[in-house]
Amino acid sequence: MSHVAGGWLVPGMPHPLMCPERNAGWNKIRQAFDQARKEIEQSDADLLVIYSTFWPSIIGHQIQALAEPKWTHVDEEWHELGSIDYEFKIDAHFAESIRAACQKRGLHARTVAYQGFPIDTGSIVALKLLNPDNKIPAVILSSNVYSDRAETIVFGKACHDAVKEEGRKAVGIAVSALSNRLFTEIVADDQDHIHSLKDDEWNQKYLEFLNLGRLEDVSQLSRQFHREARVHKVSNFKPFWWLSAFMGQHNRYQGKTLAYEPIYGTGAAVVGLWPAESAARDLEYDENDPEQYEGDRNVLSSSQQNSDFGGPDVADGYPNGKDGI
Amino acid sequence: MSSGSIVTGVLAPHPPHLIYAENPEQNEPQAECGWEGLRWGYERLRRNLSKKDFDVLVVYSPHWATMVGTHFLGVPHFKSVSVDPIFPNLFRFHYELDVDVELSQAIHDEAASQGMVTKMMTNPDFRVDYGTIISCHLSHPAWDKPIVAISSNRAARMFNNDYMQVNAIKLGQATRKAIEKSGKRAILLASNSLSHRHFVTEPPLPEDMSKEHISHHGQYLWDMRMLELMRAGRSKEMLDILPDFTEQTVAETDSGALSWLMSAMDYPDYAAEVHAYGTVIGTGNAVVEWDAQSQGVTP
Repeated sequence: MSHVAGGWLVPGMPHPLMCPERNAGWNKIRQAFDQARKEIEQSDADLLVIYSTFWPSIIGHQIQALAEPKWTHVDEEWHELGSIDYEFKIDAHFAESIRAACQKRGLHARTVAYQGFPIDTGSIVALKLLNPDNKIPAVILSSNVYSDRAETIVFGKACHDAVKEEGRKAVGIAVSALSNRLFTEIVADDQDHIHSLKDDEWNQKYLEFLNLGRLEDVSQLSRQFHREARVHKVSNFKPFWWLSAFMGQHNRYQGKTLAYEPIYGTGAAVVGLWPAESAARDLEYDENDPEQYEGDRNVLSSSQQNSDFGGPDVADGYPNGKDGI
Repeated sequence: MSSGSIVTGVLAPHPPHLIYAENPEQNEPQAECGWEGLRWGYERLRRNLSKKDFDVLVVYSPHWATMVGTHFLGVPHFKSVSVDPIFPNLFRFHYELDVDVELSQAIHDEAASQGMVTKMMTNPDFRVDYGTIISCHLSHPAWDKPIVAISSNRAARMFNNDYMQVNAIKLGQATRKAIEKSGKRAILLASNSLSHRHFVTEPPLPEDMSKEHISHHGQYLWDMRMLELMRAGRSKEMLDILPDFTEQTVAETDSGALSWLMSAMDYPDYAAEVHAYGTVIGTGNAVVEWDAQSQGVTP
């Protein structure tokens, strides 16, 4: 029995939540969110696991664990769209299960449970639109700015471990744009479009794969997509590494793009993936499939040099060639 | 009226660790020690500032990151709690502050008149970013002066660090002009670290100073080069190499804060006073003051 009932890609920009009526495309995204909500409810999932690229972390991986966070949120960029009141239902117990599963796989992770913690706009948009009545408890995961493929894949596997161990039926939700090139000038609502033809073409190619259920193929193409269609704010394009690892790293899915539209130049898509009987074809992979996170290799200096210059040693588990820089 | 001036400009980094270690009553977590070198540097800065007569603190913060232009706080009063999204275990700070909306609007208008994309932030529910709060608190903990808070425009991510610098310089010029026209005496705070490669783990006791050091010697060398130029009054040369420094050390100068400060102060050719240099979770941080008043540059 699969413990992952399905997976979703949703955008994190606030426009579909705050002002869908101002642009036909934003409204289509909003309607797609509404459809996604219905499909998630019908799946009998008992848990939403949200990986948000809008929540950067530095100290390992952070997991929201406050049972009932409540706040009035204002986006730092789109503050003129208004204030967002929220009150969510977080599965604090499961957050701790993920942390423990991360630890077993060598990842540095911690839960955060503080009233007033700034939950990111992307997670707020996703939860407000996909789970408006808090029918399904959720956990929210950060996206570490320094982590790359191996670490993110192990993170996805650790989250899957926790779902399996707890016997839950989860839906994975990656909150991310496809192409993320925003307009840097003020653009009228009705003039919104994908920032460039190239971004649009790469988005379309990605969606073509997703519509065929080729999730692992999409995961494998993340580096390429990052080079071609992403502004390099972080080390790499990670949401599909996480989502595919969380969902089992294969192509046995039915995929459906419910909407693909521009939001202030970025590629916003609502895409659902559901388990299927047979797989679409696979690409050939030449990258490792890590099970355990063993840290970055320190190519700047050897462990011997670290020791010679008085750097911290490996035994204390603090910055060194493995889990430091 | 055109008697306004920049009294002093400060490189005022914002690691939440410094507030945590300082134990002000506004912060929930409590520490037993930590990062004394930097904290004592801020003490020296505060002693200098206490001798100065000023009306407003103008702060430019990397942690109010905007992509569509530069934004300015446009609400006169804020009260809330700021929780650091990266280090919530260290920084949960209850703040209450006043904004000089008049000067904020004036800088906004001046920048807009130069063709920059600008926006006033007028939503009263907005939470002021922790970079702004930390730099202001460490520089002037009395909170008895209004502030002007300026966002960090990150459009440069779509281009390069030179693009960042050009825009920050333009904003600095607009800031200077607006302050001069306002008749106010301002202290400017560039709220950024220097080299900015973090450790990705934290010791069980965050203030365990046996674990604190620069993340890499190359970062340190770059930081020292920048400080050397600051201490020699060679700010233009520093700005010339700043895009390279930013790239090589993933420096927080990518925010534009330091470039903005130098431009607003019209590229000081006098020695800056380095009150302190120290590392915080591997990043390089310096508290540096350009005292324009004592140099006779401004009245």
